[in-house]
Amino acid sequence: MPRRQLLTLVPYLARYRRRILLGLLILLFNVAAFAAVPYILKLVFDHLQHGLSPRRLLIYVGWFLAAILLRAGLQYLQRLILISTSRHIEYDIRNDLLQRLTTLSRPWFQRMRTGEIMARATNDLSAVRNMLGPGLMYSANAIVLFVIVLAVMLRLDPRLTLIAFLPAPIVILSVQWFGKRIHDRFERIQSMFAVLATKVEENLAGLRIIRAYAREQSEIAAFDELNREYIRRNLRLVLLSGAFDPLLAALIGLALVLVLWFGGRAVASHQISLGTYVAFNAYMMQMSWPMIAMGWVINLVQRGSASWSRLREIFDQPPEIADAASTDRSLQAVRGEIEFRHLSFSFPGEPPAAPPRLRDLSLRIPAGSSLAVVGPTGAGKSTLASLIPRFYDAPRGALLLDGRPIQDFPLAVLRRSIGLVPQETFLFSDTLRNNIRFGEPAAGDAEVLEAASIAGLAPDLERFPRGLDTLVGERGLTLSGGQKQRVAIARAVLRQPRILILDDALSSVDTVTEESILERLREVMRGRTTLFISHRISTIRHADLIIVLDHGRILESGRHAELIGRAGHYASLYEKQLLEEELQAV
Amino acid sequence: MSAQDEEIVGKAYDGRLMRRLLGYVRPYRAAVVLATLAAVLHSAAAVAGPFLNQVLIDRYLAPTHRPGAAGFLAARLPQNPYRGITLIAALYILALVLGFALDFTQTYIMQWVGQHSMFDLRRDLFQHLQRLEIAFFDRNPVGRMVTRVTNDVQVLNDMIASALVAFFDDSFVLVFIVAILFHYDWRLALLTLSVLPLIAFAAFYFRRAVRDSYRRMRAALAHINAFLQEHVSGISVVQVFNREAQAQEEFRSINRAHRNAWIDAVVAHAIYYPVVDILSNLAVAGILWWGGTSVLQGRLTAGVVVAFILYAQRFFRPIQDLSEKYNLMQSAMASSERIFKLLDTPVALASPAHPAAVSDRPGRIEFDRVWFAYKGEDWVLQDVSFSIEPGATAAVVGHTGAGKTTLISLLLRFYDVQRGAIRLDGRDLRAFDLQQLRRRFGVVLQDPYLFSGPIAHNIRLGESSISDEAILHASRSVNLHEFIEELPQGYDTVLRERGNELSTGQKQLVNFARALAPQPPYLILDEATSSVDTETELRIRAALNHLVKNRTSIIIAHRLSTIQRADQILVMHKGRLREQGTHQQLLRLRGIYWRLYQLQYKDQELASDSVPAPSLSSP
Repeated sequence: MPRRQLLTLVPYLARYRRRILLGLLILLFNVAAFAAVPYILKLVFDHLQHGLSPRRLLIYVGWFLAAILLRAGLQYLQRLILISTSRHIEYDIRNDLLQRLTTLSRPWFQRMRTGEIMARATNDLSAVRNMLGPGLMYSANAIVLFVIVLAVMLRLDPRLTLIAFLPAPIVILSVQWFGKRIHDRFERIQSMFAVLATKVEENLAGLRIIRAYAREQSEIAAFDELNREYIRRNLRLVLLSGAFDPLLAALIGLALVLVLWFGGRAVASHQISLGTYVAFNAYMMQMSWPMIAMGWVINLVQRGSASWSRLREIFDQPPEIADAASTDRSLQAVRGEIEFRHLSFSFPGEPPAAPPRLRDLSLRIPAGSSLAVVGPTGAGKSTLASLIPRFYDAPRGALLLDGRPIQDFPLAVLRRSIGLVPQETFLFSDTLRNNIRFGEPAAGDAEVLEAASIAGLAPDLERFPRGLDTLVGERGLTLSGGQKQRVAIARAVLRQPRILILDDALSSVDTVTEESILERLREVMRGRTTLFISHRISTIRHADLIIVLDHGRILESGRHAELIGRAGHYASLYEKQLLEEELQAV
Repeated sequence: MSAQDEEIVGKAYDGRLMRRLLGYVRPYRAAVVLATLAAVLHSAAAVAGPFLNQVLIDRYLAPTHRPGAAGFLAARLPQNPYRGITLIAALYILALVLGFALDFTQTYIMQWVGQHSMFDLRRDLFQHLQRLEIAFFDRNPVGRMVTRVTNDVQVLNDMIASALVAFFDDSFVLVFIVAILFHYDWRLALLTLSVLPLIAFAAFYFRRAVRDSYRRMRAALAHINAFLQEHVSGISVVQVFNREAQAQEEFRSINRAHRNAWIDAVVAHAIYYPVVDILSNLAVAGILWWGGTSVLQGRLTAGVVVAFILYAQRFFRPIQDLSEKYNLMQSAMASSERIFKLLDTPVALASPAHPAAVSDRPGRIEFDRVWFAYKGEDWVLQDVSFSIEPGATAAVVGHTGAGKTTLISLLLRFYDVQRGAIRLDGRDLRAFDLQQLRRRFGVVLQDPYLFSGPIAHNIRLGESSISDEAILHASRSVNLHEFIEELPQGYDTVLRERGNELSTGQKQLVNFARALAPQPPYLILDEATSSVDTETELRIRAALNHLVKNRTSIIIAHRLSTIQRADQILVMHKGRLREQGTHQQLLRLRGIYWRLYQLQYKDQELASDSVPAPSLSSP
């Protein structure tokens, strides 16, 4: 399975095939120059014993210099070409990954945690790059060097060659054996590190509680325990990694001992020359790196292909909500009439036995009118709202827009005509201006300010020293909950949407401000469809139609006065709220 | 401690910081001595190979009879070359085995020391964070403090693991090699070492060249992470505002900056490695030429020249990755700078040396002309005075920013008042032990914070003296028990971070149980403003009755039902206590409370045609 998945990397490589081939060709010559060096040493030492003219020696030194200069130049080109190509490929894959992410729909993002997606885009991608860059280069290097050196050594002395290479398989196997285990232990350290970080984060986020309950000591004790486990895992790794390098040194040393023992006896009995003996020593030292590299590369490939198959999970995930063959591309605008027709809905992946989130819901919102939805937490209010921008898909025919199944509209056209203020305000760490014109990047300051004023942000803007240039988020200003909500309202209003959805969008705004925002909204939303979701009756009193939702069903519907008159759920809700609504500012 | 701290790029070596770091190693100095000893012995074993080769060649393979060529070992070897060679091979194997054992010992001990020092450092940091006053955390974001305890210590750990351990070993090896080379022939030794300044020069230039690209690369990676984090969390917003294309465009440019920074680093590497290669091989060429000539002239033996060549290759290896170690040292110094800066932040608010005992019975709370500002003269509380009798309940009302939450923070001594005093049973808060004082309060904050872990753990909150019965009792009395029983694992149900699988109301009830479990004489409650469904609302209200019973309580009230039940209502307005009394008294006063109340009343009038005016005196 992973092997077939590795084939999907071929297109990324193919884009750079000329560079890669050139790089490999250079590598071939580079290695050949490298392998020439011990042979030059052999010539020097062979002749040194039997009288060598200084001129001759100078010539050999000249050859030596030529070989290393050639090698250095080729090494430069090889690194430049092969390693930078891997960076280009990483860049391509990462771009493709984001492109894919933007097309995936909400159910998928709810299954995947953010941290997991981030890990794939960074760590996994980095493992893939290591496989394609250093992995490819070093394995090619090792193979070529191995072949050339082996050929030369066999020509010099086949018996000694075989003896010298006896430890080679052990080196490769032990590199691989250790590599895998070291990696596993390393992963265990990483996961402990995450636990440790989470502990500190939670401790500091819940600082006031800890202090108020004077539980610092038990927190310190709990931290100590995690801290201890963390170093325990680290030392378990050291047990392996600390043995690994000395073991490699010893194994390679073993090859040199074999050369010394058998080679030395062969020189003593005049079977080989001193030069050959020196060359063997030099070759074995050259070979030590490829032997290590082979085991190392095997691990790189194992890790890289595991990472690539994790990345493939994202690439192979088809967008669950997207334009289909049935999409009518001629639909380029939305009027704003919304109709639910016997709509029943459950979230994808919910057990069939679980009660549906929305049950047999029928309702028509004429274009340009306003609908308000009230009801207790978990009644299905936000679920209902999330079907309109198609965050989830309603069964075909159960949700109609302008009299047609909502799926007929191209997704981009549909969403372009919606202004959404979500329940949980999400702003980007950018300037206020860019946050407000998020949906209309071309909007000028006049429009941005107008939208801000509709959302009741104008007084706040005056107080910010940098006005619209105020940065929001970690590196900038921390906005209050109410300010964030109003920025989100401005962002939605600026689009002049055909359909405006306010999902509990004024919950953190005081009632006085709320009233003035609603008044401005009624003005600008004249002729447009508005959907209010709220806990607060003050927010929705003026809606053209109010529905009371509970357990996914409509309990009551009508205008405010009618519903109050009916003395049902709405009226009692209203009564309760009047009694218990928070006291507001004077 | 500011955002600029994150960008500290300092020296690679700072004596002051290094000494403080070594302070953490001091408890383990015996182990360090042992490791150093092992490192010295290991280095001796590690340089044996070329030396044995020299002896082998000069004694048996290309025998010379020049005096001085035969060293200590060569003189003791048998005549028979076969036996001699076997003996040398045996010695070589002995050196390998010893080298392996000593190297492992050395590495393990050093890592053990490093890990334990880092353990101590992390613990010191965490403990210090537990002592620092709340005001410190108002100024410093949580994320940054987490980085101190985790990543910054990790960077130090990496330095110890890869740089320091190797540094010790490499330097001993280098010393041995230099000694042997000079022992063989000082002229050839000088010739070999003559390329060193050139290599140092190359390393210096290389470091300068990559420094900038490493900085850019780190910045770009942080950028990529931030971008992904934000766009994955806000993917729905991106999609509904049709921002996919722009997001891709922005990402491409961040990604490009990352790639280009790397490629610059690749270029620098591609130049540096071959340059060092050329320079070190230049030394080998010099050895070949000079050494070869000397052999021809009979001044040197072939074995010595071979040993020189083999040593040269070993000699330049550690120097090759010197610049990488430099980078590691540099970021380690920057990290320790940040760590020590945090450790050096003084604790501004602590217990007195000889604290008074806090009674465990409900007492009297008194605010006496309290003035308080978070910053400078920006008064959040001005001249606030009131008292709550033992066992009584006070409700604090007022709109956002009136200073209600500040009252609570001061009562728990999260901050100290600037003027005036807060007293408990007539004694200033500052006379008590901080921990004991706080333990006397049951506290429910507005944001019902839950920790990951079992529900029981969230109620007990690490206090082992709270029995299971006490937990059961507490959760029964706040109507939480039956809900917990419905969970598959009951009280052992493990909550994830922030306990987000529970609803807001449920979280609040868990917080109530937590406050009640230790049976505190005082209660502090910041009522949650967020709306919950009616059923939970009723449960919370009933739980409240239990909470305030036999306790001196102070409640920031958002619900009329709570306000009416209070013995005393404190009306805060713009940092001052403007009115106080019972509900009826305050209504008669026709002041701020009356206006706050009217707002409610006005809404009732709107619907008066269809709904009978609700009776406000009913509970």
